Amino acid sequence: MRAPGALDLDGCPVYPRVAQSPNIPGIRVSNIPDDLQYTTEHEYLRAGAGGVLIVGITDYAQGELGDVVFVNLPKVGDKLAAHQSFGTIEAVKAVSELFSPVSGEVVEVNGAIDADPGVVNRDPYGAGWMVKLRPGNRAELDGLLSPSAYRSHIGE
Amino acid sequence: MTASLPRTESFTYRHIGPRPEDITEMVAILGYESLDALIDAVVPEGIRLRRPLALPKGRSEREVLRALRRLAAQNEIFRSYLGMGYYGTFTPQVIQRNILENPGWYTAYTPYQPEISQGRLEALLNYQTLVSDLTGLEIANASLLDEATAAAEAMTMTEAVTGRKGERVFLVDEACHPQTIAVVRTRAEVRGLRVVEGRPETFEFGPAVIGALVQYPATDGRVADYRDLCRRAHEAGALVTAATDLLSLLLLTPPGEWGADIAVGNSQRFGVPMGYGGPHAAFFATRESYKRHMPGRIIGVSRDVAGRPALRMALQTREQHIRRDKATSNICTAQVLLAVMAGMYAVYHGPDGLRRIAERVHGLTTLLATALRRLGYKLVHESFFDTICVEVERWAQPGILDAARARRINLRALTPTRLCVALDETMGLGDIADLIAVFSLDEALPFMLDGLGANSAPAIPAALRRTSAYLTHPVFHLHHSETEMLRYIKRLEARDLSLTSAMIPLGSCTMKLNATTEMMPVSWREFNRLHPFAPRDQTAGYLRLFQQLRFQLAEITGFAAVSLQPNAGSQGELAGLLVIRAYHKFRGEGHRKICLIPMSAHGTNPASAAMAGMQVVAVKSDAHGNIDLVDLGEKAKAHAGELSAIMVTYPSTHGVFEQSIKEICRTVHDAGGQVYLDGANLNAQVGLCRPGDYGADVCHLNLHKTFCIPHGGGGPGMGPIAVAAHLAPFLPDHPVVHVGGSDPCGTVAAAPWGSASILPISWAYIALMGWDGLTEATKVAILNANYIARRLAGHYELLYSGAEGLVAHECIIDTRPFKASAGVDVEDIAKRIIDYGFHPPTVSFPVPGTLMIEPTESESKEELDRFCDALISIREEIREIEQGLAERDNNLLTWAPHTLEHVISDSWDRPYPRERAAFPSPATRLHKVWPTVGRIDSAYGDRNLICTCVGMDAYA
Repeated sequence: MRAPGALDLDGCPVYPRVAQSPNIPGIRVSNIPDDLQYTTEHEYLRAGAGGVLIVGITDYAQGELGDVVFVNLPKVGDKLAAHQSFGTIEAVKAVSELFSPVSGEVVEVNGAIDADPGVVNRDPYGAGWMVKLRPGNRAELDGLLSPSAYRSHIGE
Repeated sequence: MTASLPRTESFTYRHIGPRPEDITEMVAILGYESLDALIDAVVPEGIRLRRPLALPKGRSEREVLRALRRLAAQNEIFRSYLGMGYYGTFTPQVIQRNILENPGWYTAYTPYQPEISQGRLEALLNYQTLVSDLTGLEIANASLLDEATAAAEAMTMTEAVTGRKGERVFLVDEACHPQTIAVVRTRAEVRGLRVVEGRPETFEFGPAVIGALVQYPATDGRVADYRDLCRRAHEAGALVTAATDLLSLLLLTPPGEWGADIAVGNSQRFGVPMGYGGPHAAFFATRESYKRHMPGRIIGVSRDVAGRPALRMALQTREQHIRRDKATSNICTAQVLLAVMAGMYAVYHGPDGLRRIAERVHGLTTLLATALRRLGYKLVHESFFDTICVEVERWAQPGILDAARARRINLRALTPTRLCVALDETMGLGDIADLIAVFSLDEALPFMLDGLGANSAPAIPAALRRTSAYLTHPVFHLHHSETEMLRYIKRLEARDLSLTSAMIPLGSCTMKLNATTEMMPVSWREFNRLHPFAPRDQTAGYLRLFQQLRFQLAEITGFAAVSLQPNAGSQGELAGLLVIRAYHKFRGEGHRKICLIPMSAHGTNPASAAMAGMQVVAVKSDAHGNIDLVDLGEKAKAHAGELSAIMVTYPSTHGVFEQSIKEICRTVHDAGGQVYLDGANLNAQVGLCRPGDYGADVCHLNLHKTFCIPHGGGGPGMGPIAVAAHLAPFLPDHPVVHVGGSDPCGTVAAAPWGSASILPISWAYIALMGWDGLTEATKVAILNANYIARRLAGHYELLYSGAEGLVAHECIIDTRPFKASAGVDVEDIAKRIIDYGFHPPTVSFPVPGTLMIEPTESESKEELDRFCDALISIREEIREIEQGLAERDNNLLTWAPHTLEHVISDSWDRPYPRERAAFPSPATRLHKVWPTVGRIDSAYGDRNLICTCVGMDAYA
């Protein structure tokens, strides 16, 4: 996940990802489950049943974005290249692109997000998943970040 | 002897806030001997203008009003039957006096702080409801700049919705208004879209066609049925846009019901004067499913912390300040003041009153049609609303036009054998009699006028008569007596913070005084009753004023030529880039498409560059926020063959005079590029330095910032561009009134001189201040900003400063450390400032988590001190949290802003006293604007988008 502004402007989105709720405390430690793989652009990848991979954004990413209001997802059957943008995620004051961690074909998208985008904030690793991919090249999985590498990537 | 008489009227003395003795004191506090010494330390010597501007000295308000009266007297008001999107209208006087002429409405800013903007947000919601109901489309925005640019935005949106790549064709009805076609063509050419013009019946929806634009009713009055066209378009996956007229839609089937996907048009005739071209609010409506592609600001309903309905701008992620060069539109400004007026016109008349107005206009038109037929004329179209197109013999046309002129009537000669007559609500039977006399060439009539009415049946085909209801919401039914209307307007006004209550220290927005004298001419009939396409010999006063204003702006910026056409800063940016593009093309270097933009730039810059068909390459900033010269040099070199331009803001968006600006310009010129200077911060330069002198080639001026046009609560604006001599041939032209250079870059706005009727404001400001006052104002603007920075030092970190620790005309304070130390973020501080009775500074621009403060020269030392005291007091409130004296997530800032309802409620359970919440400073006990809603849950509103009036029970 990457702010479009950051594509050209070296990671300097104009607007902050402000948490809107006054109840979110100032300091937050992200949940980085040990059984997942990660990208530097804050997607996670989970091995699902039958060799299918489940992609979503990390708890850190949803916290930085703030309240998610809309997610634009690809269609079933779309073929994605590794690192290709497959959609956008919008919060109140930020919009980011979503990138496919590996190449593959979209076999399922999470239709529930449309009706309830907040699920991405509440349960990013569970009900807030985004797409399921049938991977094209399993060797690409080796290039992803481990939980500890991702943790150090986000400075936690 | 007269020379020794004391001068009693200096406008500069009124415009500038700090008194002379305050200035002395403030300069001393900053450690300088004089104001000039401070300025010498702030503005790099290498770029200083060391002579007075070649403008007269300042004049008194009386003198300037007299001069304006003389100019006004040179404009002649003819009755206008020209139509083409501009019509006579009666502005209800209760609206004129209490909105158009009322600083409580016109001095507010864009409603970025919804808690103190609920009044105009409600007025805008009314406007959106009006547009949505009349067009028959689900979702409308809070206005765009004019009908022509709205049509161009519709084309761009069509492109985004259809997602078509490669060859793309956009079909345009040849009976669209000519200015609309010109703007659409200009914007299409840049995007690589092919425009095919023709009659809608002949449109063919081939595979490359993304959409079609039709005018309904057409520019020559014809009312046609486009149901079949829409069916064919939709079968081919194309979208249909209707450029339409709100008044006609009271009688005609709305576009949304016959299949249009987008409707655009001008709401001017809903009580907004023609103003020789503007400002007016253009509307834009579309289907719910396309909402995320819609340009412009959208007001939506959400809820506040207490769960009550509250309004705010919705879906902001569509906008340029977030999407930058990925945005499909660079629009920032709306036309809020004018949209408010149009919405109020509908509130005042209600659905029945509006329908009566439409029926009356249509009735007069059919009467005229009947009479002309009896005179033996043939009408080109038998179906029409308010405009008829008359066949005339070629030899007869000049005589008819002469007869019209003799009666001070303007008719539109569509072709040498066709005349168009467009009627409006200001016309009566006497006007029809005059028109008949004109067309009969003063021969005796072969019939009696009295008998005509009975033979005049409506000229709208049965299939196109409106049957659906509109404006059923109570707000359009409750305020028809003047007492109720007045109280409604005042009730909304009281919810908003404007310059009439307190300073609005928004960085990069320049919320200075909009003096009463400057505002007076706006409602003079000689300035506001002229049609933009009235013949030039009727508008000599305006033309003289434009000429003088162009000279003044050229002298102030150091450039050779000025175009007054762009009617917003964003349009100025686009126009400037189109001029640069045309220049490169003219020299056979059309391949130059790279636009360098510093990372610190406002989001509109990359959005404008993308719209101008350029490819954005970012230039890094160094630790001080300045452009990184090494990176600039490398990128200029790497792209030397394709470099088109750089867009720089000066002083920088960080509020600093960069020492290296000349070198930046030289580097870009050496690589074959042009320098576009974003004039947003011109208020720090007037009289001290000039973009044309230090190396820029073109700049836009936000007349609504530096030159006193009020912000109108979010528009109007004006964004003329000034260019060096080599770019003058490429200035924009207009298809009806020739204005541009010899090789114009196209047409950027609907009217030849943009929003002409607000140009006298800037003219008056410059005349009142003179070279001496303008320069003094700049110096005091810089003084005020540095005074604030000094007073806040030790309490907050100042983010950027120039050489001697000084800032230009604004300063940025860093509030990011409080996130860790107290759980307080920049939003909390901004909302707490509202409790102190002020409008917060700019939040999170240009640096996330910071506040940018721009006081302008107009704020007094007392007001600056009150504001600084408030910020310092808030710092102490944060310290209480840091020291554990206040709860981390349940404190004065967490729950700010505090509404009256909340602090007096019996269920108050906060761990701090009500008095501290409500009256945190002595000044607030004297006066403050109370927020009418608590902090707003924006996510809720964006997830559940509602953009029209909600039921009254929601407010219970």
